[in-house]
Amino acid sequence: MSVASSVISIVQEELAKHSATRLLLVRVRFGALANLVPEAMEFAFEAMTIGTDFEGAKLELAMAPVKLQCGGCGKEFEPQGKELLFAPCPACGEEAGHHVLAGRELYVEHIEAE
Amino acid sequence: MEIPVVRNVLEANDKMAVQLKGLFARHGILVLNMISSPGAGKTSVLERTLSDLRGEFRMAVIEGDLQTDNDARRVAATGAKAVQINTDGGCHLDSNMILEALSNFDLAEIDILFIENVGNLVCPVEFDCGEDHKVALLSVTEGDDKPEKYPLLFNLSKVMLLNKVDLLPYVDFDVERAKRFATHLNKELTIFPMSCRSGEGLEGWYDWLRTARAAKRG
Repeated sequence: MSVASSVISIVQEELAKHSATRLLLVRVRFGALANLVPEAMEFAFEAMTIGTDFEGAKLELAMAPVKLQCGGCGKEFEPQGKELLFAPCPACGEEAGHHVLAGRELYVEHIEAE
Repeated sequence: MEIPVVRNVLEANDKMAVQLKGLFARHGILVLNMISSPGAGKTSVLERTLSDLRGEFRMAVIEGDLQTDNDARRVAATGAKAVQINTDGGCHLDSNMILEALSNFDLAEIDILFIENVGNLVCPVEFDCGEDHKVALLSVTEGDDKPEKYPLLFNLSKVMLLNKVDLLPYVDFDVERAKRFATHLNKELTIFPMSCRSGEGLEGWYDWLRTARAAKRG
């Protein structure tokens, strides 16, 4: 809910800057580790825009991949499969202590309005 | 019209968290954000800590709950200053709530500020409250696979308190498994198995608090 509310505030500010009023589409990019539940986000966004200038706007949620730096050899890699933080390093096989380089992002990436 | 933007959704919170960090640094206050599921024992650990270290530190607590001020009253009974924030259904605390709560304190009179977050292992992790460290609290009456299921908390925490170890003879919790996964996620995680009921293991946590507080004061 608070993420949806932040997205709406950001869109309102951007539309005001560009003298637009009606939102057609907003795209939010989120990392696979960002603890965002797309269904909950869609529900919250719809509930909060009903009866406003943003009603009916399309919300696109685009997932960004996780990128790790191996806790053993330091190699950077994108984990394959469903294990995200414990994925074995393709270079040395280490599964532990990886450093998260990407995958926690949560940002508004694109807006279409009129 | 197309408007290309790159704006962090949590930017409002993150900006305010930076301001809070500056404020806490000026006053040399150690700030800890305590995160756990409901019932792991956040309030009990705080009650015990506040009572045992009363003579050493001036401590204050910000309590976050959906409803009631029960926890703030329990904590205040130890003599510490406590402020309750009711989130009215909100699943986490954020920097704005912390800033508002601070108006109830005299910051010059606090050495350690505990933020007891809403019981939830997911959302509180995403919202920086200006703390120095996150403290993950897990109890042995929960599953030992919590670090696997909720990796981000354990990845970002400085300390993990494993509470209720006095109950280990009665539950199937595998301490080594939980520790193994937690340290796989975070090599620098310090783990203290403890029980705030029996008192075992508390001294390690207290020593960590002493060291962290000394480091913050500089």
